[in-house]
Amino acid sequence: MIVKLAWRNIWRNRRRSFITVTSISFAVILALFMRSMQLGSYERMIDNAARFYTGYAQIHANGYWDDQTLDNSMEFDSTLMSEVDGMKGVEITVPRVESFALASYGSKTKGAAVLGIDPLREEQLTRVKSKLISGKFLEDGDKGVLISEGLASYLKMGIGDSLVLLGQGFQAMTAAGLYEIQGILKFPIPAQNDQTVLMNLSGAQFLFSMEDRITSLALVIESSDDVDPVVTDLEQRLDTAAFEVLGWRELMPELIESIEIDNVSGRIMLFFLYLVIGFGMFGTFLMMTQERKYEFGVLISIGMKRRLMQWVVFLEMALMSGIGVLTGVAVALPFLIYFYRNPVYLSGESAEAIEKFGVEAAYFFSLDAEIFINQAWAILIMALILGFYPLLVIFKLKPVKAMRES
Amino acid sequence: MNIIEAKGIEKVYDEDKVPVHALNGIDLNITEGEFTAIVGPSGCGKTTLLNILGGLDHPSKGIVHLANTDITSMSDSHLIDFRLQNIGFVFQAYNLIPVLTVRENIEFIMLLQKADKVERHLRSSEMLEQMGIADKASKRPSELSGGQQQRVAVARALASKPKFILADEPTANLDSKSTAQLLDIMAEMNRKEQTTFVFSTHDQRVIDRARRIVRLDDGIVVDDHVAEHA
Repeated sequence: MIVKLAWRNIWRNRRRSFITVTSISFAVILALFMRSMQLGSYERMIDNAARFYTGYAQIHANGYWDDQTLDNSMEFDSTLMSEVDGMKGVEITVPRVESFALASYGSKTKGAAVLGIDPLREEQLTRVKSKLISGKFLEDGDKGVLISEGLASYLKMGIGDSLVLLGQGFQAMTAAGLYEIQGILKFPIPAQNDQTVLMNLSGAQFLFSMEDRITSLALVIESSDDVDPVVTDLEQRLDTAAFEVLGWRELMPELIESIEIDNVSGRIMLFFLYLVIGFGMFGTFLMMTQERKYEFGVLISIGMKRRLMQWVVFLEMALMSGIGVLTGVAVALPFLIYFYRNPVYLSGESAEAIEKFGVEAAYFFSLDAEIFINQAWAILIMALILGFYPLLVIFKLKPVKAMRES
Repeated sequence: MNIIEAKGIEKVYDEDKVPVHALNGIDLNITEGEFTAIVGPSGCGKTTLLNILGGLDHPSKGIVHLANTDITSMSDSHLIDFRLQNIGFVFQAYNLIPVLTVRENIEFIMLLQKADKVERHLRSSEMLEQMGIADKASKRPSELSGGQQQRVAVARALASKPKFILADEPTANLDSKSTAQLLDIMAEMNRKEQTTFVFSTHDQRVIDRARRIVRLDDGIVVDDHVAEHA
C-alpha cells in the first residue's frame, strides 16, 4: 500500500506533478543536448585528427616518437604488417616514410614535409585522394609526386613541372632528387597545405637511402573503442625493446589537452545549468511540502511513523524524478539521433572564421551511452538530494502545530 | 479501571514571549467504557486537553497515564507507536487520506499495525457494515458527503480496536441527520464493544447523548458530572 500511496499521491495534484516532472525533463533535455554536442565535437576532432594523418595507433622503432629522425626508422617487415593486418579490430596498416627536405623550383625554395606512402593503403586512412584538385593521384610505380596547393602556389609550380628535393637521408646520406608534379592536393589545415609533398613509398625510400625501411606503421582501427585493446595486444606481441606502440592519446597530446581544457568549461556550464534547474525543482518541492504539512501532521497523529512517511514521500520524489528523467531522455533521443546523422553545418563568414583554425565549421552530436547515463544520474541524484527537504520537514514536524497552522 | 489518568495538567504556550495559560491544573480520570464529553466555550482548553490526552502535545506540568503507561516521559517515536496501538482519533475535518478508497482508509491504521490482509479485509468489511457505508467501499473520500466521511473516519479509528477514541468536535461540520446517525453508531459501538469515547465538543446534540460531562472554563474543570439520562 505504501507504493500505491506514493503513486497515487503523485497524481493527486496533477498540475504540481506536471510542473515538477517537466522541470526535471527540461533539465535532462538541456543537459543531454549540451553534453552530446560537446562530446560530439570532441569525437569529431579526434576522428578528424586520426583520419587526417596519425591514425588511431602507430608502430615505430623504439625511441622514434621522441626523436623523429630517419636514423630511428625501422625495417619494413611485411610479415609484421600481415600479422597486424589480421588482428581483431584492425582494418588495415599504413606504412610511411616521413621526413623533411628543401623543395625548390626556379629561384624559390621552401622547407617541405616529404611523405612516402602506399597510395592504396593511405587512401583507406586519410582519404587523401579526395583532396586532389588537379592532375592524377599516385599509383604504384609512379615516379612523380603530389604537392600541396599552398606549396605549389609559393613555388609557382603546376602539373608537369619538375620539383627539386634536397635533404638528409638515412645515416647522414645526402638525399636529392628531381620529381615531376603529377597532381596538386588541397588540405584544409594551412600548416599541411603549405608544405606537403607526397610520393610513393619506394620513391621516398630511394630518396632517403633507406631501402626496406619505414618510419611508422599507422593503423586504421574499426572503432575508437578498439584502440586500447589493440594497443595492449600489440605491446604483448611485439618486442618492446625494438618497437613502440602508441595510441591516439599519445599521438595527439596537444589535442587531448585542448579538449580537456574545453571539457572543464563545459562542466562548469553544466554545473550552472544544474543550479538554475535545481532552484526550479526545489520551488516545486517546497510548495508540495508546505501544502501537505497538515496531512503530515494528521498521519503522525494517527500513528504513522515519521520514517515510513519519509519513505512514502521519498518514493514520490524518486518516481517523479524517474518519470522526469525518462521523459527527458525519450524527448531528446530522437532529436539527438537526427542531429547525429545530420550535423549542423555552418555557412558564410562564421564558417570561414572557424575553418581558418583548421576545424570543421559544424556542430556534431554524440550518441555515446555514457552521456545519457551520466546526465540521467546527475539530474536524478540532484532531484533526490533536493527531495531531502520534505524529509527534513517531516523529521522536525510537530503534528499539533502543523495541523493548527495549516 | 481507569484508562486515562491526568494529574495536575498545565499547558502554557509561548512561554518565552507572552505566556498564554491554556490549562491550569487539570485532574481527570476516565474509566474503561465511558462515553464522555469535554465541553466548554471556545478557547477554554478542550482541544489542548484532548491533544495532551492523546499524546500529541506535551503538558508544561503534570503527568498523563494512558492504559497504565506514563506517556509524559515517552520519546516521540515511542509516542507515535503508542498512539498507533492504543488510541483512535476522530477529527473535526475528517482527515481521511484523499488518494485511498474508503476501504483502504479504514484498513490504513491496521496496515500500520502490520495486521495481515485477511484480518484487515474482515475487519474493514465489518466496519463498513456497521457504519452503513458498505456500498461506498471503493469510493474516494471526495465522492462522499460530510456525514459519510466522518463515518469512515470513525470506522478507521475503531477498526484497529484501540483502547479509547478521542474525538475533537466530530460533529462540528455535520447536519442534524448526519450528527444523529454518527452518534447512534458511536453509542452502539460503545455499548457493544465497550469502546471508550472522549469527545471535545460544544455541540448540544453530543452533550445530550454523553453519559459524563466534564465542563472546562479558563483551563480548569469547573464541573464534572454524570448525565441524568445515563
